[in-house]
Amino acid sequence: MSGRLTMLWCALLVGLAATAARADELVFLSTQLRPLEEAQKARTQILKGAPMPVSYLPEEPPQLPIHLQADEQGARTISLVGALHGELAPLAASFQPLDQQAGLLAQRGVPEQIARLAHLGTDHLMYMPWMQATYIMAANKKALPYLPQGATLETLTYAQLAQWAENAEKATGQRVLGFPAGPTGLMARFFQGYLLPSYTGGVVVSFRSPEAVTMWEAFKALWKHANPNSTNYNFMQEPLLSGDVLIAWDHVARLQNAFRNKPDDFLAFPAPAGPKGRGFMPVLVGVAVPKTAPDAAGASKLIDYLLQPETQIATLRASFFFPVVKVALPTDLEVGLKLEAQAVQQQQTAPDALPTLLPVGLGSHNGEFDKIFVDTFQRIVLRDQPVQDVLAREAEDMQRVLNAAQAPCWSPDPPSQGACQVK
Amino acid sequence: MTGLRRALFVAGILLVCAWTLVPIYLVALGGIGGAATVYAWPKPFWPATLSLSNFQAFLEIEGIWPAMLRSIEVAVLCMLFSLLLGAPAGYALARFAFRGATIYRLTILMTRAFPVGILALPLAVGFVRLGIYDTAFGVALMHTALALPFAVLVTASLFLGIPRELEEAAWVFGCSGLGAFRRVVLPLAIPGIAATAIFAFVISWNEVFAASVLTVRHKTLTAYLLTLLSEAPLQSQLAGGLLLILPSVLFIFLVRRYLFAMWGVASR
Amino acid sequence: MQPSALRPYLLIAPSLVFLLLLFVVPLVQTVALAFDTPSGPGLGSFARMVGDLDFADALRNTFALVLCVVPLQLAAALGMSMMLRHLRGGRDIVLWIWTIPLGISDLAAGLVWLAILTDKGYLNTVLFELGAIPAPQSWLTYETPGVLFLGILIAEFWRATAIVFVVIVAGVQLIPQEYEEAASVFGATAWQRFRRVTLPLLRPTIQTALILRAVLAFEAFAVVLAIGGRNFPVLVSQAFAWQYQNQNYSVAACYAVLVTLVSLAATLVILLALRPRAGETV
Repeated sequence: MSGRLTMLWCALLVGLAATAARADELVFLSTQLRPLEEAQKARTQILKGAPMPVSYLPEEPPQLPIHLQADEQGARTISLVGALHGELAPLAASFQPLDQQAGLLAQRGVPEQIARLAHLGTDHLMYMPWMQATYIMAANKKALPYLPQGATLETLTYAQLAQWAENAEKATGQRVLGFPAGPTGLMARFFQGYLLPSYTGGVVVSFRSPEAVTMWEAFKALWKHANPNSTNYNFMQEPLLSGDVLIAWDHVARLQNAFRNKPDDFLAFPAPAGPKGRGFMPVLVGVAVPKTAPDAAGASKLIDYLLQPETQIATLRASFFFPVVKVALPTDLEVGLKLEAQAVQQQQTAPDALPTLLPVGLGSHNGEFDKIFVDTFQRIVLRDQPVQDVLAREAEDMQRVLNAAQAPCWSPDPPSQGACQVK
Repeated sequence: MTGLRRALFVAGILLVCAWTLVPIYLVALGGIGGAATVYAWPKPFWPATLSLSNFQAFLEIEGIWPAMLRSIEVAVLCMLFSLLLGAPAGYALARFAFRGATIYRLTILMTRAFPVGILALPLAVGFVRLGIYDTAFGVALMHTALALPFAVLVTASLFLGIPRELEEAAWVFGCSGLGAFRRVVLPLAIPGIAATAIFAFVISWNEVFAASVLTVRHKTLTAYLLTLLSEAPLQSQLAGGLLLILPSVLFIFLVRRYLFAMWGVASR
Repeated sequence: MQPSALRPYLLIAPSLVFLLLLFVVPLVQTVALAFDTPSGPGLGSFARMVGDLDFADALRNTFALVLCVVPLQLAAALGMSMMLRHLRGGRDIVLWIWTIPLGISDLAAGLVWLAILTDKGYLNTVLFELGAIPAPQSWLTYETPGVLFLGILIAEFWRATAIVFVVIVAGVQLIPQEYEEAASVFGATAWQRFRRVTLPLLRPTIQTALILRAVLAFEAFAVVLAIGGRNFPVLVSQAFAWQYQNQNYSVAACYAVLVTLVSLAATLVILLALRPRAGETV
């Protein structure tokens, strides 16, 4: 017994020694590139040539604000934070403006729209855009025979998607259309950036317009052919790979394993279009420097490194997140990545493309704003409540959130003076 | 017992064993079998190929070994703290009828009834002030707070079961209060104390939330794996799950005889 | 030597101080947060909690789950302890196997049961091989709430029965065999011995096991979330959703306060129901 104890204590001491050795590295905490393989690639590929030793620490999004608070109280561990636009926005007060590095934006060719998002509604650059993505559709080739007559993947409409799912159900007896409507799925973005703009041309202003009523009725009909497990799905790559789902909508990074593992089985294509166009939404990941960063100078060097074209390409290969700087995509990308890149391209350049910005200026109300869309969906589609009543009720809630945040309208809604108003 | 009853009895025992083990076997199958097993239909009940590559990939992840050692360190500390703080209180609850005993019982339970995740923010801030944020010691303290109510209650019911007369007899024969406790009560209480220790160890080993909130660089294995696994493919999740299950299974195996040290005494 | 009146207080003092520092201070801050609304202190956040879409379901699901799973676990743990008692050989191995789920985190347990119960999981494989179903069947959706509940119940039962079992075993070991032997001499059947001798002697242990398990059951949600997804909200999962997804710390604190009150009430009920009756000594 005592021998065992001695061994244990030795092991503990070794452990302590091992951790002490890492103390001088720059701590880069990221809520993205978290999964096992991506985190490894972030260390071994993306950060390989970094100008200083970097301790790359993936972290769950909920923990980020807590770590920043702890740092403000004096812990001072984190020098650079990588996170989604929506995760950085509520924390703007914790970050130092990067105006000194704003020159990088023009120098590396970061698009104007993205640069504006990174200001978080202020006059200062609050984070540096790092990488971007979007949401697209994916389908198993087995689903192609059921595509309605005259429909093509590139020009698909929501009506055709519904028909497609219905045909497939009739033929296979399975509901093969899937959505990431699980607890941590990104379904709110589908309503905000895809469905609502496609049907109503707006997000907030037209939230309870007659077009929105039509849209919800149509979506409710479409949902009859959707796999009922959808309310459990957080990532569509899993049900696509298992074959439970043949047609799906999701974030490109959350589809990547399907395209990586079986590029011959799957097709990527743009999101469908509605009466007002083909709504789609970008995903923007940025890096920000906390006010309490122990190594702010190192952090800005690292930012510069992350925005170099070669690093951005390495990031693309490792993670399926696309560059934010101007750079030509290499021709030797892996097949699955090429498929996704092509679909993203088609979506952006479609003649009826209707880009929707990420919510701007909602700050700490981002989460409650998203909840409104998911609640509306649950009430109308899953609980069969009357559409008009639900929209009236949720519109009230939405107005409360917008007023509390004093958030002006963002594209495609027309600009507003003061808080955006639901009509 | 007749032969038939005996057979039924043994069958019952084996059934419960199977009920416990089969799900774990299925995790191992997914963890070892890789993507081919995880996405197959119908599912195979035997591994197609015996390859540990999926599993091995884990052990090569940067930072996995320090995290594992830290997990052990935290769990052992938590075990010690819980026993040192909890056993005396349990003894007090069992042996003395004192004013406020019920209130005390309820108070320590109430701490456990509050979802710890919601306390994370004020706790992290408090830990920074104390200078124990991002340390194994701090996490161990937090885990002790989680394990302590159980330690107190389990030890209390345990001491309750040890006849007071035995202890009083020892006093009569000249042992001091402490001496009576050490010579008479403690040996009888060892199995229960072992059970308490297992609780504390396992609570600490499996606790994810406090560990990931209260640390940045110095994560425990569970917290470290959680961030890597929550978005990873299913086969990696299963392999990681297996990696987490094995040490606690091993630990329970090592201490199982303490659970039983008492058996012979009590049942004869 | 008689124990002094001060001794019990000295014995509980360290744990009390420890919990006060580590738990009560942040707890009070959080409770204050629950009453903190943008327009000054009030019950606004509680009103939002009660008006929330999933509130009624979460409350109902939480109670349904705890009320079903905890008694089942107690019965199973008692049965397992009695079986173990009559086992001649290999006791420590059997005990070890039966306590293995103790070492399995709820995240891992959720993963295990999802792998079994999902459309193309092991359960459907068995049913398919037996010819009971022609193709994968969904069990865990909003269209099959009954089976979904059963699935969650089974998973929770599998994961957390060992905790009750260990506590009961520790208690059973302390019951002198003579009592049962004496009862046996007077011709009591096995059931009578269990009902009239073992069970009353086990009451303090059962009380502890029940309280432990009930408090934990009100707090557990990783398994529920893994299997139930969005379809089976419980109070704690709502607390987490409000804290980390909706980022409204005040409503999250309200949910946390509610969970605490519910656990406390359950604890009181168990304490009262299993209190020593007049004239009994333990």
